[in-house]
Amino acid sequence: MRVELIKRPQQSVLFSVISPFLALGLTVVFGALLFIALGKPPLTALRLYFVEPLTELWSVHELAVKAGPLILIAVGLSVCYRSNNWNIGAEGQFIFGAIAGSSVPILLPGFQNFATMPLMLLLGMAGGAAYAAIPAFLKARFNANEILTSLMLVYVAELFLDWLVRGIWRDPAGMAFPGSVRFPTAATLPELAPTQGNAHFGFLLALIAAVAVWFFLARTLKGFEVRVIGLSPRAGRFAGFSTPRMVFFSFMLAGALAGLAGISEVSGAIGQLREVISPGYGFTAIIVAFLGRLNPLAIIGAGLLLALTYLGGEAAQISLGISDKVVRVFQGTLLFFVLACDSLIYYRIRVSFGNAAQAA
Amino acid sequence: MLENILITIATAATPLLIAAIGELVVERSGVLNLGVEGMMIIGAVIAFAVALTTGSPWLGVLCGIGAGILFSLPFAFLTLSIATNQVATGLSLTLLGIGLSGMIGESFVGRPGVKLPLIEVPLLSDLPFVGRLLFAQDPIFYLSIGLVAAVLWFLFRTRAGLTLRAIGDSHGSAHALGVPVIRTRYLAVMFGGACAGLAGAHLTLVYTSQWIENMSAGRGWIALALVVFASWRPLRVLAGAYLFGTVSIGQLHAQAFGLGIPAQLLSSLPYLATVVVLVVISGNRRLTMVNTPASLGRAFVPDR
Repeated sequence: MRVELIKRPQQSVLFSVISPFLALGLTVVFGALLFIALGKPPLTALRLYFVEPLTELWSVHELAVKAGPLILIAVGLSVCYRSNNWNIGAEGQFIFGAIAGSSVPILLPGFQNFATMPLMLLLGMAGGAAYAAIPAFLKARFNANEILTSLMLVYVAELFLDWLVRGIWRDPAGMAFPGSVRFPTAATLPELAPTQGNAHFGFLLALIAAVAVWFFLARTLKGFEVRVIGLSPRAGRFAGFSTPRMVFFSFMLAGALAGLAGISEVSGAIGQLREVISPGYGFTAIIVAFLGRLNPLAIIGAGLLLALTYLGGEAAQISLGISDKVVRVFQGTLLFFVLACDSLIYYRIRVSFGNAAQAA
Repeated sequence: MLENILITIATAATPLLIAAIGELVVERSGVLNLGVEGMMIIGAVIAFAVALTTGSPWLGVLCGIGAGILFSLPFAFLTLSIATNQVATGLSLTLLGIGLSGMIGESFVGRPGVKLPLIEVPLLSDLPFVGRLLFAQDPIFYLSIGLVAAVLWFLFRTRAGLTLRAIGDSHGSAHALGVPVIRTRYLAVMFGGACAGLAGAHLTLVYTSQWIENMSAGRGWIALALVVFASWRPLRVLAGAYLFGTVSIGQLHAQAFGLGIPAQLLSSLPYLATVVVLVVISGNRRLTMVNTPASLGRAFVPDR
């Protein structure tokens, strides 16, 4: 069997719209096969994954809680990936944002007023941006591969957080359990509708960020610069755009948003700093960014979908005893299909059998 | 005492060495596969599961290698046959591998595994000091040294190796000369998968004899960094892997001694060392420019 790619004269508009849906469809088919292989009823399982979480109000709230950090991080990553900066260390930037923001209620327990929360959010963004500036600096100054450095710093951040909450930041009243003091009300991100569910203002921040970054990319000169440098660094240089400055800009923007996601998660959903504060949001957000085709508005939808798989995984575990590990498999497969389907935007694919095509 | 430390260093270095030497061949052919971590952990879980259920660690090793090859195929198809972005596709291979291994290995958590027997070379293993280090090791250790020699010979002493390097340096010219670019790259990626699978098998059948979720703990990524560190040279990969083995064993011993340094700081040393090494090597532009395969990471679509 031979697979031939025939370059399209222009990108296919049709496929750039339907490719994420095509990928989703393929993932669902794959999921059904997987459930059959696991000996579970496929239709029931799929319904638990993709429909059940939407049928109750509290669970829709949970969806917003999970989608918030995914959207925030993915929106930042879209700017990185569009400008060819492969930041895959968002998980670490998320953690450092959470640490920096949490320093307010932990180190200044007496500081409780209207300014507490804004200060925490700002520090969260600063913490994430500062941590993202490290791989950016190493890339811009020393040409060090940002994929590897940003990823290594994730492990370092996880260990640093572990040290903090078991060591100097451990709640003395918390028995022997690792974890900081519980945050007071002034340091808690308010819930959107406390009588109905747990969704907090983090989700709103995510929507605002998505729209703002969309506007920035589509309508501003700097946003144009991001796209030009991504498509052709050489053309960017002729236009006088600085590539090293773009490295810093995109990394620190993504870091700030990941940090904002981190402090929102800790102050809105968890209520204290713990040794583990993320179920891999920083990595799942990479999938969200690609599923949204690096478009901030589409990323909102992609973030909601991936959040749905987290909830669906919990539902399927409770009802059918399907391992929650299956969620990761789902998410990974989805990214595979997304990338495969994206090829259809640029190429027509001709599959031929036998040797007939060899002459070409 | 020192002898024992040296043996543990070799055990820590072996999986890094094997995964890195495989990725070196892949990158020399012009393909950047960031899925090493994923292929490694799949190899680890399959090797463990097979060894435990059949009782044969040898069969475990074989199946670990086979799983690594099989798991590299989706990456090869996407990047080589339908020209997707190599960075993103490799990342998705790693994410999928971590998820899949967690699912497969769930029922094996906490169960005692099977260990590969040591192979002692008669007489030589009784040599003072280096005897047990060099001649009473697990079979994968010997294999790793053999692999380095074989890759060195293949890349720089055979015609096929020359072709592979040519493809990595300029896939367009190689294609124009009638060299099968895509087929060679498929084989290179599968070799990388086999090596990553073998490295994973080492983790569960030699390094520890149990399955822990996410147990590769970034070793696949460190292997990728080693290839850069080695500036795509097999012997430097050997040196680099043992350097990293020393760092990770050194920090373990430091933890055991309890020097008053936080355990988390010591545990982060291998990762920090990776960053430092990348910076030092990459800062030297002449060194990296000369050896980096020029087509590395670029998709190839023949324009016939």
